[in-house]
Amino acid sequence: MTTVDRGFAPLAPPRAAPSVAPRRERGLWRDAWYRLTRNRAAVVGLVFVVLLLLIALFASALAPYSFDRQDLDSTDLAPSGAHLMGTDGLGRDLLSRMMYGSRISLAVALVDVAIVLLVGVPLGLIAGFFGRWIDTLIMRTVDILLAFPSLLLVIVVITYLRAVLDQGEGPLLGVLGSLDKASGGLLGVFVALGLVSWLTVARLVRGQVLSLKEKEFVEAARMVGATNVRVMTRHLLPNSLAPIIVAATFGIPLAIAAEAGLSFLGLGVRPPYPSWGILIAEGLRNMRAFPHELVFPAVILAITLICFNFLGDGLRDALDPKLRVD
Amino acid sequence: MTIYVFRRLLWMAPSLFIVFTLTFLVVHATPGSPWDEREKPLSEAVKANLNKQYHLDDPLPKQYFDYLGNVLHGDLGPSYRSVERSVSEIIAATLPVSVQLGVASLLFAIVVGVPLGALAAVKHNTWIDYTASLVTVTGIATPAFVRVSLLIVVLSLGLALLPTGGWEGIFDVRAIIPILAIGSGPAAILARYTRSSLLEVLGQDYIRTAHAKGVRPNAIIAAHAMKNALIPVVTVAGVTLGNVITGAFFVERIYGVPGIGRQFIDSVTGRDYTLLLGTVMVFALLIMVVNLLTDISYGYLDPRIRYR
Repeated sequence: MTTVDRGFAPLAPPRAAPSVAPRRERGLWRDAWYRLTRNRAAVVGLVFVVLLLLIALFASALAPYSFDRQDLDSTDLAPSGAHLMGTDGLGRDLLSRMMYGSRISLAVALVDVAIVLLVGVPLGLIAGFFGRWIDTLIMRTVDILLAFPSLLLVIVVITYLRAVLDQGEGPLLGVLGSLDKASGGLLGVFVALGLVSWLTVARLVRGQVLSLKEKEFVEAARMVGATNVRVMTRHLLPNSLAPIIVAATFGIPLAIAAEAGLSFLGLGVRPPYPSWGILIAEGLRNMRAFPHELVFPAVILAITLICFNFLGDGLRDALDPKLRVD
Repeated sequence: MTIYVFRRLLWMAPSLFIVFTLTFLVVHATPGSPWDEREKPLSEAVKANLNKQYHLDDPLPKQYFDYLGNVLHGDLGPSYRSVERSVSEIIAATLPVSVQLGVASLLFAIVVGVPLGALAAVKHNTWIDYTASLVTVTGIATPAFVRVSLLIVVLSLGLALLPTGGWEGIFDVRAIIPILAIGSGPAAILARYTRSSLLEVLGQDYIRTAHAKGVRPNAIIAAHAMKNALIPVVTVAGVTLGNVITGAFFVERIYGVPGIGRQFIDSVTGRDYTLLLGTVMVFALLIMVVNLLTDISYGYLDPRIRYR
């Protein structure tokens, strides 16, 4: 600081700047990561999710057998060294089927996140930013769809989709039908889940945008001539990112559970593709004589869903300390 | 308040009408007919006769208005699958079972979930809180068909305490596993809301005042804190009802309970479209009534809320 001599004596000699130890800069993300790794449950969840991801990616190399290799000489075996989780009624290795099944669950998770980001976030941004009739249109749709338990909607929609895709008439439906068959019924599951998975995030992003767009930094961006698209993508979106990540994480277990439920009912993935839901349905049929065929898939599905919830809780606490109740 | 309730009731009619129309259109746009059996194909002549008998050969608008007229008179039409019972009769027979099961599950959820959440809040950041939150996350994360499977494995197969399925009324031991399986979902939701709500109330000034004037801690929790903490918990009634309904789809089917949730699933897998339509209407009506009751009770409990 320089003192300008205006002909007055200074009241006090200029003070030396107080010596403060320079504080190491920590960005938002680094800070969040630090808090996340301090949360034991979240770390457990994260480790499990990463493990599952690796198993799904390398299932063909890791699985001891193929998921549909039948061995009618060794059906319904209890867990042993050769078959760590035993075998099912057709002599298929349960561990291998669980490993390949994780691919289905994680594919559902991935598609769910993609729909949240590509449909839910843009619609929420648009509704909150432009307001008026477009807001009314989007949010009333969200309200109506959210009024019902999502699984009820999903089941009604997938019943329709299954019939349409099976019929497969016309060029477009024919292609979609064969795609659905090639994916073992996954396409229908994606579409049905896609109908409901964007709803909560759209509502959340809209709420964020409504409060953010009145803030000074948005006004400042406008003053220097930022376009609508720029304000939305460079200012509103980055500032809503934390709650979006949290909501997307909590959406994943819901989607995985919904797929398992649909496949359990015979409306989702088709045999022989080993969706965990199908494995549980098969396990229930054999549970009296061979309970391990039910216990392994049911427990592992439960652990997976719990771990995603742990991770979601951890992310929420890490990304927005203000939200913490405790 | 009366005007508000009256207006909400008036709104219910068009809402139900929209649900009815949309479901009707989806169901009729679905290709294939209920007579498409893969194993035993029916001859074309038989199919035509069946279509004539059920008026499926009428033009769609005529089918729609005929059906709408019948529904307004309480007749949901014949079931395509069940020859001897109409859809209305099926619903009349199965809905009471599911309502008993649902009410019992919700009672279980309140009796277990609210104290669990309150305990977690009072013992905040102790091992009790952590254990309670693990239980809560498990209840929220796992779907009902996993819960009922594991309950059967543990209670029926492992400990041989209960039968593996069946239904002999709500006061029979066979009702225990379905109630636990369906009720643990809402119980977890209630516990989570009660915990966070009570934690917030415990930080308020009037709680400190009560402590300062020497009220016993337990009396503060019971008389001052819980009363205020439970008001916002009422708002999750709608969420818990949705949880109960979707839980019933699976639990009733797996455990062999003759309820409406099982009828819904059977109607989907068996392409019994009139039954599907009927059950969806029942669920929609249930949800609307419960949402209305929630809003009304919230208005009574919290005098700060005024409905216009």
